[in-house]
Amino acid sequence: MARRPDPDPETASQTAGPYVHIGCLPSVAGFHAVFDGDLGASPIIEGAKGDVITVEGKIFDGYGDPLLDGMIETWQADAKGLYAGQAGADPKVPGFGRRATDAETGAFSFRTIRPGAAKGQAPHIAFWIVARGINIGLLTRLYFPEDNHSDDPILSRIETAERAKTLIAAKIGDAAYRFDIRLQGDGETVFLDM
Amino acid sequence: MTGGGLLPRDRAVQPAALTPEYKTSVTRSPRSPLLTLDSTVTEETGPVFGHDIIGPLDNDLINNFTQGASLANGERVLIHGRLSDQNGRAVPGALIEIWQANAGGRYRHANDSYFAPLDPNFGGCGRTLTDDDGNYRFMTIRPGAYPWPNGPNAWRPMHVHFSLFGAAFGQRLITQMYFEGDPLIDLCPIVAAIPDQRQIDRLVAHLDMSQAQSMDHLAYRFDITLRGRNQTMFENRPEGM
Ligand SMILES: [Fe+2]
Repeated sequence: MARRPDPDPETASQTAGPYVHIGCLPSVAGFHAVFDGDLGASPIIEGAKGDVITVEGKIFDGYGDPLLDGMIETWQADAKGLYAGQAGADPKVPGFGRRATDAETGAFSFRTIRPGAAKGQAPHIAFWIVARGINIGLLTRLYFPEDNHSDDPILSRIETAERAKTLIAAKIGDAAYRFDIRLQGDGETVFLDM
Repeated sequence: MTGGGLLPRDRAVQPAALTPEYKTSVTRSPRSPLLTLDSTVTEETGPVFGHDIIGPLDNDLINNFTQGASLANGERVLIHGRLSDQNGRAVPGALIEIWQANAGGRYRHANDSYFAPLDPNFGGCGRTLTDDDGNYRFMTIRPGAYPWPNGPNAWRPMHVHFSLFGAAFGQRLITQMYFEGDPLIDLCPIVAAIPDQRQIDRLVAHLDMSQAQSMDHLAYRFDITLRGRNQTMFENRPEGM
């Protein structure tokens, strides 16, 4: 009998710290000469198919204060629900975005297209959050308030409607959404391990 | 060939969210348990970065801030290693980004007010893609240890921050690399957030004289493991069985 060897442990995470911008968003840290711009500056390229939307929000700590030194990464599908690298995906949707929370207000915002439904899931955008004080990146998802979520495998597993609501963005305009993330306490966002 | 699903993340080797000795974690840690689920296509796919984004000096922190005009100050070191997944497979074409303090322990960042001076020839960021065998290399200077406001006389050991992409968004990892022999490692509450000493030891890069260059630089080796995917029995069967 072939025995499956035990997998090696994953390397341990450490906090991104307060200076994450230097490595991941160098132009936010004031570096303009080293690289040609920041990665993830936009999840879409001009000509992407689908409805353009904007998403804005803040990340709040356990005191209710916005994080001024956090970084958000987003990963999403194209308008048909296909991810970059999958056969038939829209080449104008790299799908990856990166934002710093503003150093004075804590706000982040980005422009993208509304993703389609990926295989058996309601349309969503994955968020990954790192910052000083966060020992291992926090994964969550933004869902859209106008969609039917009853069959979504993630939302349907959340035990209370109150908690599930933390993953649903607020519609604040024709094509504008707000998605606030609460790290701790009242209205604490559901974070995922998957 | 691989099965699609990611191996569940083994939280026993990872730091908890709340580690009170590291004070900022107290207000930035969720209190509810994570919702654990099998990975979906969202976590099993990920961004792709091409060689077009990488310039020739991007992995050379000694030269990249001045684009080769002047050298950064400090002890010259090569940091290199292999990126693999939990199944021991090389992760090729993967983006690695690093950032660090200068030789005096100062970051080039608006929020760092430590009085050690900036080095006009040092920025502190680098990036590269792993080669076909998962190997990477950075030329840099050894960063200085620095004080931080976690408690009285708190110091960070010398370290380099590493950001790692695999092929899947669910493999995303940020960590820190330390240097063999640094006595501050054992005093650091950020390091101590990791519950397992063996996992701490894996973040400590070892002096690698085989890659040091005479009259030029020392070398340190740091191998990194990302989450793997579920495998079928077929692909694990040893040859001939
Ligand atoms: Fe640091």
